[in-house]
Amino acid sequence: MSIFTILLRTVLGIAVAVLVVLLSLWYGQNHGLLPVQASEQAPLVDGLFNFMMTIATGIFLLVQGILVYSLFVFKRRRGDNSDAPPVHGNVPLEIVWTAIPTVIVTILAIYSFDVYKAEGGIETMTHPAVAHVHHEQPFTLGSAAYAATLPESDALLAQSMEMPGAVEGSSQIEVSVAALRYGWLFSYADLPDVVDGELHVPVGREVNLKITANDVNHAFWVPEFRLKQDAIPGRETVIHFKPTRVGQYVVRCAELCGPYHGAMNTNVIVHTPEEYETWHQEQLVASREAVHETVAVAPVQTAQPAFLAAHVQELGIQPATLSAFRSAMAHSHQPAAVEAKGNS
Amino acid sequence: MTQAQLQESASFAAPSSETGGGNWREYFGFSTDHKVIGIQYLVTTFVFFLIGGVLAEGLRTELATPESDFVSPELYNGLLTVHATVMIFLWIVPGLTGGFGNYLVPLMIGARDMAFPKLNAVAFWMIPPAGILLLSSFFFGAAGAGWTSYPPLSLLDETKIGEAIWIISVLLLGTSSILGAVNFIVTILKMRLPGMGFFQMPLFCWAMLATSALALVATPVLAGALILLSFDLLAGTAFFNPTGGGDPVVYQHMFWFYSHPAVYIMILPAFGLISEILPVHSRKPIFGYAAIALSSCAISFLGLVVWAHHMFTSGTPDWLRMFFMVATMVIAVPTGIKVFSWLATIWGGKLRLNSAMLFAMGFVSMFVVGGLSGIMVAAVPFDIHVHDTYFIVAHLHYVFFGGSVFGIYAALYHWFPKITGHMLNETWGKIHFVLTFIGFNLTFLPMHKLGIEGMPRRIALYDEQFAGLNLVCTIGSYILAVSTIPFVVNAVWSWIKGPKAPDNPWDGLTLEWMTSSPPPVENFRGEPVLVTGPYDYGVGDRSTEVDVPFSDAQDPALAAGPGSALRADPDPSVALHADDRQDPGNSNP
Repeated sequence: MSIFTILLRTVLGIAVAVLVVLLSLWYGQNHGLLPVQASEQAPLVDGLFNFMMTIATGIFLLVQGILVYSLFVFKRRRGDNSDAPPVHGNVPLEIVWTAIPTVIVTILAIYSFDVYKAEGGIETMTHPAVAHVHHEQPFTLGSAAYAATLPESDALLAQSMEMPGAVEGSSQIEVSVAALRYGWLFSYADLPDVVDGELHVPVGREVNLKITANDVNHAFWVPEFRLKQDAIPGRETVIHFKPTRVGQYVVRCAELCGPYHGAMNTNVIVHTPEEYETWHQEQLVASREAVHETVAVAPVQTAQPAFLAAHVQELGIQPATLSAFRSAMAHSHQPAAVEAKGNS
Repeated sequence: MTQAQLQESASFAAPSSETGGGNWREYFGFSTDHKVIGIQYLVTTFVFFLIGGVLAEGLRTELATPESDFVSPELYNGLLTVHATVMIFLWIVPGLTGGFGNYLVPLMIGARDMAFPKLNAVAFWMIPPAGILLLSSFFFGAAGAGWTSYPPLSLLDETKIGEAIWIISVLLLGTSSILGAVNFIVTILKMRLPGMGFFQMPLFCWAMLATSALALVATPVLAGALILLSFDLLAGTAFFNPTGGGDPVVYQHMFWFYSHPAVYIMILPAFGLISEILPVHSRKPIFGYAAIALSSCAISFLGLVVWAHHMFTSGTPDWLRMFFMVATMVIAVPTGIKVFSWLATIWGGKLRLNSAMLFAMGFVSMFVVGGLSGIMVAAVPFDIHVHDTYFIVAHLHYVFFGGSVFGIYAALYHWFPKITGHMLNETWGKIHFVLTFIGFNLTFLPMHKLGIEGMPRRIALYDEQFAGLNLVCTIGSYILAVSTIPFVVNAVWSWIKGPKAPDNPWDGLTLEWMTSSPPPVENFRGEPVLVTGPYDYGVGDRSTEVDVPFSDAQDPALAAGPGSALRADPDPSVALHADDRQDPGNSNP
């Protein structure tokens, strides 16, 4: 082989390698496969995916390139029935292609771990003090952001301890989610009597979902949030996220739950803070109204004014506002009457 | 003389008068001949493949439009459950291990039969009744909880009979698989011809050893899970039923403890087949024999400790998620070694681009896509997004169809002359390949995007936004269905009327080519003799210099040519070349 051909081959090889790297880098950023990002976690996951896509594109082009190249260049020539050179292996080369994937996989594992931590997983590894008391158990690493399940008794205890207004004024929105064939029930920690079929959350605030199922396994998935958590009967699973984009997104059930699994969708509505406040107030009033009506049909009527007044005072609502709402909303809001979505 | 001619001259093929192929009735009876059983497995499982394919076309036809308009949603779930169960337990697992394992392992190691011929026949005869039982469940309302059969869904009354039938048939098929695994392990460990050490074995035998070890360790756990599930279903116990205090997640652990290794049970034998086919048609030794052999063992071991990556959203604790993520990613390393070794085997070869070779190269090409998406879903944060979506459907079909099924097709084209004694038609084989390749990619490539964008798997009705790509998938699946027609016609016609195959049509070096086509009962006329290594293509002259970076003919570790330490050695006592012989007493053959 002359110096010239060696030089030419080297230059060609480098050119192809550079081209593959550039193509991979470009495609890793421009694949256009992901839906919009609507939670704080989404850009983190997307960054990881783009990184993996870049590497995958590179390897894909390398492998397919070699196959296609071989298809044409190493095709047996007509009439040539001899064997090819007896190359049994090459230790340095094998070390290289063992080492490079090992390095890639190590980087990927560290990056994934980092993203997982940043998303809110493995909280207590760094801040043991922040752990919620009720999540502490001897054998878990703590209040996994959207992970650890609790034994049933603990979960129920936790729920009963935390539910009544514990979150009042805090920045977290606490919502209990119950999945059942084929719909979702959301009840809010600070709206004790409201059960809704859609999830309403304000933009920019941490939302904490405690998920369980009433019948079979389901899974809570919002593709735009890049988050998913199974709903398992008899267990409580936790997931938390911070919505970052106002809008309405579809909550999909992602675990086979029966024939109409595909129709088990509902909406999560991410409000602006003002909208959310309005919605919140409406729910509050409506739920009082519902309680009021329940009380009204009860045989003992005397409790009504005192009962309501106490609550109104506690909630800081002017009686005038209340009566205005009462007339405006009369029977339009019947919480708890949630129809299962779907069955189309 | 080429290596193949030398190797052939060392063993005597049976004259064709002894290889009548036997009575056709033999194939419908309790034969203990491993070749008959191998053919029984291959034909039976291929029929189930076609049935599973019909079920899949039912699913794709339903999914051509967003509404539920072709079958009822209940039937849809039955179709998807039975489709997966048929393809896994009645096609890929028994086809690869039972079919090719049975046919090839004894031939490749120079044995006369499997170690336990009756057990072998029993293992096969469990399959047809189990398969018919499973399909009969459509008359009673087929199981609709998916092939994973997660409780509590699988415990509901609405599909009780179907579920019970499903459990019984999978238990039967699992038992058959365990019996087969015992047989393969004993056969490979104990029945190799004298002089064939582990590192003279063909790579398919390594793959079968690794596969059988996995099947033996993991399948009983599935059996345990299914027996407990059947108690919950039929006797009202509460092992997994939360209403009685049971834990559905425990079932998931037990199920995946088998079912992840099952992935390797379905792909490792295909790796082995590809490692046989590529060198023969590239006319080059396999690149890095020992690395490929040992990576099968590494995959087999690692495959046992990654099961919970199917459960990243099941409320698995964080530290477990991280452990299973890292363990899963580590599998990419031995898998990568195999892929790169195959590419290096092809590189610089003299490729005979026949149907077997095209399917083998298609295997490498498609499996890599499944492997890359597999690494992606190992990363917990991304898996949480795409778990239980069409991304997973795409990933697993690239592994099982693009991987295992392409591997099976390659092997069918490669060993058809040996098995039947007739050559297949190459033109129809190439048409088959092109149609399969196009249909497969059209069906499954768009599913990656569907899943990432938000389409969950196992749904009969979906949002309007996914309609376009789903239609493409459905059209692709029809092409895929049509693509089997040339193969079936070609195979049937060639078996009956095809041109007679020579004993060694591809100039292979492994022992199955050293006997007649088809081989006689008990395989070899005398003791076969192994004078060359299984992949010694091109090793004619010891002075052959090979142009490989860093290679040094003097240093066995760096030598690329015949002196390479990486070479699969021939039998040291009868080796063709004097340098390979180790026993001085045997120096004048």
